[in-house]
Amino acid sequence: MLRVENIYKDYDGKPLLKGISFEVRQGELVCLLGSSGSGKSTMLRVIAGLEQPKSGQVFWNDENFTHQPAHERGFGLMFQDYALFPHRSVAENVAFGLRMAGRSKDEIEKLVRQALTSIRMQDFANRTVTELSGGEQQRVALARALAPEPRLLMLDEPLGALDHNLRTDLLTDLRRRLHASQKPVIYVTHDQEEAFALADRLLLLHDGHIVQQGPPEEVFRRPATAWVAAFLGLGNLIAGTITSPASAQTALGRFKLKSDPDRQVCSDCILLLRPEDGLMGEPAARQAQSLRGIVHDCVFQGKSFRVGVMLDQIHLQVQSPQAVAIGESITIAWPENTIQCLPASEIGLGHPGPR
Amino acid sequence: MKRSRSLIWLLWLPPLAFLLFFFYQPLLVIFRQVFSERFNQGWQFFSWSQITRPLLFTLWQAFLSTLLTLLIGLPAAYLFARFDFPGRKGLRALSLLPFILPTVVVATAFNTLIGPRGWLNLILMHFFNLSNPPLNLLNSLAAILLAHVFYNTSIVIRLVSNSLTRLNPHYDEAARVLNATPWQAFREVSLPLLMPSILGASLLVFLFDFTSFGVVLMLGGPQFATLEVEIYTQALSRFNLPMAGLLSIVQLAFTLVITLLQNRVNNPRYGKAALSSERKTLLRPVSIRRKVFVILMSVLLVILFVSPIVSLVSRSLVTLEAARGERGEFQAGFTTRYYTELFKNRTDSIFYANPLAAMRNSLVYSVLTMVIATSLGLLTAYALSKSGRLTRWLEPLVMLPLGASAVILGLGFLITFNHPPWTSGSFPLLIPIAHSLIALPFVVRTILPAIQAIPNSLRESARVMGAKPWQVLLEIDLPILLRALIVSLAFAFTISLGEFGASSFLANAQTPTLPVTIFRYISQPGALNYGQALAMSTLLLLTSASGSLLIEKIRLPGEELF
Repeated sequence: MLRVENIYKDYDGKPLLKGISFEVRQGELVCLLGSSGSGKSTMLRVIAGLEQPKSGQVFWNDENFTHQPAHERGFGLMFQDYALFPHRSVAENVAFGLRMAGRSKDEIEKLVRQALTSIRMQDFANRTVTELSGGEQQRVALARALAPEPRLLMLDEPLGALDHNLRTDLLTDLRRRLHASQKPVIYVTHDQEEAFALADRLLLLHDGHIVQQGPPEEVFRRPATAWVAAFLGLGNLIAGTITSPASAQTALGRFKLKSDPDRQVCSDCILLLRPEDGLMGEPAARQAQSLRGIVHDCVFQGKSFRVGVMLDQIHLQVQSPQAVAIGESITIAWPENTIQCLPASEIGLGHPGPR
Repeated sequence: MKRSRSLIWLLWLPPLAFLLFFFYQPLLVIFRQVFSERFNQGWQFFSWSQITRPLLFTLWQAFLSTLLTLLIGLPAAYLFARFDFPGRKGLRALSLLPFILPTVVVATAFNTLIGPRGWLNLILMHFFNLSNPPLNLLNSLAAILLAHVFYNTSIVIRLVSNSLTRLNPHYDEAARVLNATPWQAFREVSLPLLMPSILGASLLVFLFDFTSFGVVLMLGGPQFATLEVEIYTQALSRFNLPMAGLLSIVQLAFTLVITLLQNRVNNPRYGKAALSSERKTLLRPVSIRRKVFVILMSVLLVILFVSPIVSLVSRSLVTLEAARGERGEFQAGFTTRYYTELFKNRTDSIFYANPLAAMRNSLVYSVLTMVIATSLGLLTAYALSKSGRLTRWLEPLVMLPLGASAVILGLGFLITFNHPPWTSGSFPLLIPIAHSLIALPFVVRTILPAIQAIPNSLRESARVMGAKPWQVLLEIDLPILLRALIVSLAFAFTISLGEFGASSFLANAQTPTLPVTIFRYISQPGALNYGQALAMSTLLLLTSASGSLLIEKIRLPGEELF
């Protein structure tokens, strides 16, 4: 299927993509996740043929597509602003790709009707697209991208232009549709919730590299770098130095870790302390290593409370089943097998290279 | 990368070649002529007063005209931006009419109002039993100023009321909440924010008054010669081409300075944010003071905009044959004779200009101008829409003709293309070429924003869906640009139809244009000549008005021409 090899691309004279390689398999939904400006959209544009990479190749079924013009690739791309043609009706928009493919008139009519029925917009066929609501436009854009049966579908922040409530509704709808299409899909987003909900596999893009890739669950459980943990908001990150295969020294003191013989003594590290693994009060005091601090914040979060604790200018968050009074002094602790030790240097470490 | 760069050059080539050959070459020839004269005679071939006199008068009348225009235009802009009153839409549409009216039409219209054979004098003669017209407003500074105010008030209204409606009302409200009186809030907050648009409008009006030609020639007479009129006189009556060239250089220098100033002012420091509010609520004039203001202002505007036009049309349909010898007695009657006379092909006419031929010529030139200006304008606009260093360098080169005067263009053509193939044949291509040069900046300014408004993602998604490059052009760009293209065509047509400055240099005996013919007829004695000039002006008025109506109807909101 699609294979991208060692793509380099500059933007405004600065390197934006620094050797990106990955694959997308048949029927797989891959989410390209990264902060804005990380080059996600550029990556899509390179695959679509709208931009040429500085170096590197794009293969489709082992055929080199790198210099194939965009209109000969047979891919589909849905833009963040949808790019619906304002001078064409809903039906004409959906028909466009079919017309370009040289399908017969009857066939186009039939397929457009089918496509519009599938998004429950058969009555909107003759409307102009500018009259549609954001959600309707999104559905038409997806129908338009899917109508010519592209070999690969790419979506650039397809929910980015919508407000929050609509997003959650459409996310379910989109998930069902994308899976039903059985096409390989690359989905670009900066929203981790969307990515976790949709992806078969996540690609995390940071500083021009793919810092981690894998199924959402695996990425969540084992973030490859501190950046991944921070970007996904997994919990408290504390810088330190590895003192032995089973311990690290930080500003909060020494932490015992689950032993790992590969750990390099004296190298810098970052410890990930997840709020949901933290203990408070009596159970914390029973732990071998515990910390004392002052509660300075307590936020209700539905099922539990998120408690902010201040220790020596360092702020930690811990999850608690009940509310805690602000200003109270409490004991908190993390069992040693819940603490994750991540490499301090982000760049290049989580970068697996071509598989 | 390489392919796209050669594409940009390909886009640039035709308009650039056209401009270099037909715009910059004539300018260069004017310069060369002046300086070769200097080498032959030293600087003795003219006296300084020959330059300073018309220059000072040009500046003086432009200054007065601008002041008067602001005096009426600013309150009028306020009227349109703030108040809702019956007839508002109609009045606003009316206020846009002068901009597109040919100078010749405006000049004849004011002639029928204040000229010796105009309504004002006729009425005074009738009531006071006078044998001669009592008012000699024609050939006076007042006539020039009046016509300039008529012309340019619409510019002030359009530019200033535009930013006034877009001025975020929260600024004023914030100032008021901070204990400012209404006057303080206006002076400290609104006025500084509006200043760039007021200054910009003033400079534009000044520029138009400075370069005004037809109106001054036809209403001012020989003693009120501005630079442009002086260039015309020196070149065509005195055959003193070096002098005309020297005056042209002075004129160009001043125009350039004013244009540069205007461009500077047009980039407001506060960006678009301050003027981005889309306020749609207009006040109903409730208090007496506001009612009086609205009524007075609307009446004034109606008189200003309507009276010359009504006067022209009515005067073209009325015969007023004062019986010879009898004082003040004249028979008035309705007549269509002036119109029917136009369509009689008189080969024995004492004038070389035949109205029927002139109308036919003007139509042919206009159609040619439409084709040349729009196709070159389309290429130029596409070239300008591609960003890059090349564009930044070439853009001023293309937009400069906007400030160049038609008279100088005419003079340049006259000197440069005075040999075959340009002079031979009865079909001078020079006129539509000159008209295209004048129309080109307008066309570019109409099409360029339309091109820039097309999101690139539209083209890209078409490409991803399998559209070849030519299909993208045909399916995406062209349909979206259609409105802008129609507007450009209408612009080119009306500009060419009414153009007078360049045509007055280039139209020869066999190939008169309509405005040139009107000018010749109105300068002749005789009621029939006068009437025919008015009839032609009325026809020109109707055609231009329908052109501008079409432009207003089709043009998308928010597209600015200045």
